[in-house]
Amino acid sequence: MAGKTAIVLENIKKVYSMGETQVFALKGISLTIREGEMVAVMGPSGSGKSTLLNILGCLDRPTGGTYYLGGEDVSRLNKNQLALVRNKRIGFVFQNFNLLGRFPVLANVQLPLVYAGVGKKEMADRAKEALDWVGLSKYADHYPGQLSGGQQQRVAIARALVNNPSLILADEPTGALDSRTSIEIISVIQKLNIEKGITVVMVTHEKDIALYCRRLINVKDGRVLGDTPVSNPRNAAEDLAAIPEEREALS
Amino acid sequence: MNFIHNLEVAINGLRANKMRSFLTMLGIIIGVAAVIIMISVGQGASKKIAGQIASMGSNLLIVFPGAGQGPVRGASGSVNTLTLEDAEAIAGLSMVAHVAPELSTNATIGYASQTWTAQVVGTTPEMQMIKDWPVSAGSFFTGDDVRSAAMVAVLGKTVVDNLYLPGTNPVGSTIRINRLPFTVVGVLAPKGASLTGQDQDNVVYIPVSAAQKRLMGVNYVRLINVQAETPESMNFVQSSIENLLRQRHRLVGTSSDDFNVRNLTSVLETAESTTAVMTLLLASVAAVSLLVGGIGTMNIMLVSVTERTREIGLRMAVGATESNIRNQFLVESLVLCLIGGIAGILVGIAGSKIISKAFGWPTFVTVSSILLSAGFSAAVGIFFGYYPAKKAAGLDPIEALRFER
Repeated sequence: MAGKTAIVLENIKKVYSMGETQVFALKGISLTIREGEMVAVMGPSGSGKSTLLNILGCLDRPTGGTYYLGGEDVSRLNKNQLALVRNKRIGFVFQNFNLLGRFPVLANVQLPLVYAGVGKKEMADRAKEALDWVGLSKYADHYPGQLSGGQQQRVAIARALVNNPSLILADEPTGALDSRTSIEIISVIQKLNIEKGITVVMVTHEKDIALYCRRLINVKDGRVLGDTPVSNPRNAAEDLAAIPEEREALS
Repeated sequence: MNFIHNLEVAINGLRANKMRSFLTMLGIIIGVAAVIIMISVGQGASKKIAGQIASMGSNLLIVFPGAGQGPVRGASGSVNTLTLEDAEAIAGLSMVAHVAPELSTNATIGYASQTWTAQVVGTTPEMQMIKDWPVSAGSFFTGDDVRSAAMVAVLGKTVVDNLYLPGTNPVGSTIRINRLPFTVVGVLAPKGASLTGQDQDNVVYIPVSAAQKRLMGVNYVRLINVQAETPESMNFVQSSIENLLRQRHRLVGTSSDDFNVRNLTSVLETAESTTAVMTLLLASVAAVSLLVGGIGTMNIMLVSVTERTREIGLRMAVGATESNIRNQFLVESLVLCLIGGIAGILVGIAGSKIISKAFGWPTFVTVSSILLSAGFSAAVGIFFGYYPAKKAAGLDPIEALRFER
């Protein structure tokens, strides 16, 4: 796995102008993430970790520096090109799931494929496959509101997977979940990292959750404060087996 | 693919807020229906006038006697200066298609024990050509009948209805006009009321010679109907008639005309164009209500964009471009307006029919008015949908994803 680089950031800066004053959200971040890594980004609020994630996710452009995604410079792309990169190469998992309540689960999972111009039949097939992978194939016709938080987050993971991205960005993916469900979701993320070899960058402020990753990046005041490998990353599937299954019956 | 997706999303969105969608559509429905009803009322009115022009005879000039401006002035028709010979001379002018003199009086018509009062018109067979009036039984009297002052008559439908038992054929029977016997040779097809509401079918046509000599004992005619060959030639024909009659009546120099040529068609055409202006006015008022409906649509689309800010952010995050988002909302407002437009067309057609029935106004729904309002509602959808759609497309995905209601 430790071969090609997935992400290279060279002296990334982000400055927000608010009238007269300028806010330096990122003050020159350089780091390299290799393909297949699972990285936790930690830092207090206001540290710039959200800004970093937005730039990594091609939702925002840096004001300075260069961002190579899979070897390609994406820091100077226009809005449409960025949309294409997000569509083809990046999957997002959010704290609040961001599922569309008006549409059934399957349609939610299909959403990235709609903008990829995939045919209807293939769309349904691939979405079902992704749902199956997260273990929710029987909920395809349910609406998000009918599912538990953990299940909704798994639907969101299926949506992130459906376009076969090379990078998944998770923004506090367990922030809205109880601790057992959190570990459940982490186990799914670990599984897609290991089985599918997808690079994962996860923002979290929970140290417990960060320890499931293999590398820990600390961000503070717009700079990388620490970048350490996790010596013995925890295995969520094993931890899960150790917790009594009180909630399993409910879901 | 994307269009179908947009369509599905639009319909899903409209379904999710049924009441709101319906109320928004109602604005469009009322607007479109109002446009169609107004245009159909206007079209009906002008069709009616056009029909009356045709029934009166197209390209028609009427020559009245009198109405001079000399020392003793009188209303037109108050003097009797026109003769059958004048009519024959007019028939010889170029661009004149038909000439029919008229000498009419109200008379009592009798048949068996029944009597009925009708207008008795002495004329020539050309009257039938000018009025384009077919017979339903028998035939019109002939030129020979005019030359011989034959005692024959052609009856209008109202006269037949009031004298004869239903189902009997009057042709061949003998009626009495002011006690004089006339043989019925034909019955005219029904024509209906004139512009002034007069029953055109309450009429008996007899040869003008019979009317002059036998019925009324005069040697003038009341008026002369002249049909020009084309609408363009009417002014030319009018001045030819004026010149001819001045010569024939030996009017020289400044002495005023002892006749009066009137172009009744142009009067009706004026009425027709007035109707057209009214129609335009009514339709414009209706179009304003469509405009108001469009503004309502824009309002709701703006609400919809705000409500779905996070959805827009998410769609952008998974790869929607600005134009994807813009099109999605454009399709939604287009669907809203088109459904409203189609419903409005149906309501408009139904409304026109109801107005026809309830008020007895003729209405006429034209294909062009339907296409116009369908096109107009689509245009409203795009025009008033564009701003909200543009606003949606211009959202920053990061801000949109973070948006809290």
